[in-house]
Amino acid sequence: MSSLANNLRAARARAWIRVVAANRELSWVFFETFLPAMTTAGYVLVYRALGAPPEFESYVILGGVMTAFWLNVLWGMAAQFFWEKDMGNLDIYMMAPISRMSILLGMAVGGMLGTAIRSVVILVLGIVLFRVQFHLPGLATAFGIFLLAMAALYGLGMMLASLFLLFGRGAQRWVEVAQEPVYLLSGFNFPLASLGRTAAALASAFPLALGIDAIRQTALDSRTGFLPVPVEAAILAGLAVAFFFLARFMLRVMENRAKREGRLTLKWQ
Amino acid sequence: MPPAIRTQGLTRLYRKAPRRGVPAQEFRAVDGVDLEIQPGELFGLLGPNGAGKTTLIKILCTLLFPTSGTAEVCGLDVVKDCERVRERINMVSGGEPSGYGLLTIREQLWVFSQLYGLSTAEAMSRIDRMLDQYGLAKDAGTKINRLSTGMRQKMNLIRGFMTAPSVLFLDEPTLGLDAHIARQTRDFIRAWMAEDRTRALLLTTHYLAEAHELCDRVAIIHQGRIRACDTPENLVAAHRGDAVFEITLSGLDGQSEALRRDPDMKVSRLDADPAAGHTTVRFSLADDAALPGALSRMAALGGRIVNLSKHEVTLEDVFVKIAGQTIADAEKSSE
Repeated sequence: MSSLANNLRAARARAWIRVVAANRELSWVFFETFLPAMTTAGYVLVYRALGAPPEFESYVILGGVMTAFWLNVLWGMAAQFFWEKDMGNLDIYMMAPISRMSILLGMAVGGMLGTAIRSVVILVLGIVLFRVQFHLPGLATAFGIFLLAMAALYGLGMMLASLFLLFGRGAQRWVEVAQEPVYLLSGFNFPLASLGRTAAALASAFPLALGIDAIRQTALDSRTGFLPVPVEAAILAGLAVAFFFLARFMLRVMENRAKREGRLTLKWQ
Repeated sequence: MPPAIRTQGLTRLYRKAPRRGVPAQEFRAVDGVDLEIQPGELFGLLGPNGAGKTTLIKILCTLLFPTSGTAEVCGLDVVKDCERVRERINMVSGGEPSGYGLLTIREQLWVFSQLYGLSTAEAMSRIDRMLDQYGLAKDAGTKINRLSTGMRQKMNLIRGFMTAPSVLFLDEPTLGLDAHIARQTRDFIRAWMAEDRTRALLLTTHYLAEAHELCDRVAIIHQGRIRACDTPENLVAAHRGDAVFEITLSGLDGQSEALRRDPDMKVSRLDADPAAGHTTVRFSLADDAALPGALSRMAALGGRIVNLSKHEVTLEDVFVKIAGQTIADAEKSSE
């Protein structure tokens, strides 16, 4: 119990840094809201110019909302161990009597402030400017799916973070490589089913792909879903559990390997 | 009560993989180190950069695995019981750039206190007391990105002290500090140790005078091996029979470096002043009887005596005697 309390304290403190830093340097508001909103609007206008059904515009808006969380996981959490090492903080975290997951949780929760604002701005843009219509009876289910997708996504982020313990800058390159293909495979801007069954099935290992697909089916009453919502929810729950345990395992394995190879606290690598 | 720190045959190798025709290389950073440090002890690890001090500390802080041998902190194995070891330790490095620039000193310290399970009330009480004690109270609201090196190091020390570890590791705590702040830092260290005589502190330094002034015992580490371990007084006393001289010569005309190669002289300091045409050399001899021979060899190099004095042996002289070179020379040769 005391261990849990200590880990929660650590997570709260790490989250607090993000919140305070965000409040003291407000330039991020422009970069994290205006620019992504422009990108999302661009996709909507493409669909509109092509004469696509209006629900495609809604897909893009939801995709834009979810992209924010993916970027938070990639850069705000997974890559963060690299920056902590660069700043000289990693030693302090690694020798503290707390779980590495509590630090990552703190980073994720702290980053939620910026992510949530970015998401809300895109959502408001969609509702006000592009007249996106939501299926109100499905919103509660959509929120539940969203939480499941987030649990799985942040578990995946913790797994990725473990790579940074060992590979440092090298892992950053891999995350950069992962960023763009994920935009394609997750169907941020189009229905997942349009990838074809095999590719869509492979893409389902990435939590946002199924998450977005299920949220579209529930929140937008979309008929273009890849799998039935209960199946997608069950897979997401499975992914959340699997990624949590895999992340814990990988963090331990990578930390031990880094300690064996002397790379854990080696800067500039 | 178990020893605060115990290592047996502790060894750490770094391996560099073979690449493009260059064979694999192996570097022995720590080599068969046996140490035992008791609770209440302020122990100094003395050696040049690259001697293995930081590697040893990283193993003891659970940040690095040893290649062989064992290391225990408070009776707990640093590899098998690393979680429990972490509850009992903390570490501060000199010149440490840690922290988040947008936070204030007080906020930063609170954040780090939360990694050790302190309640906010307890943490703030300790932080405020230590900020006051270490003369940082008026700067508590200053952001980290505006701190001078000295202020930052004081903050770092408070980070280490405030969690009240059973064993604290200080890696070069006065590195890069001016004389005044370095003295304050040494005072903080002494005061923290005096608060609780069950605490142990392992300090690494390459400042010999600092080790002499602060430490109950010191180990001289060179090329990964412990070469000597005792109280500073005993180490100096063991070499008291040595004759230590300081001589100022003129007329060496660029030949001063040749003095380092003299077979009988162990040179611990050599300062050439080309503008004045003087060279000052501190050296030790096996005994006073060796002095006339040394002086005649200096004369053969063209040196004329400006000043000659005999001195008490210091830790610096002991280091030269044991390691065969000065700390500065050892650092140059390891680069």
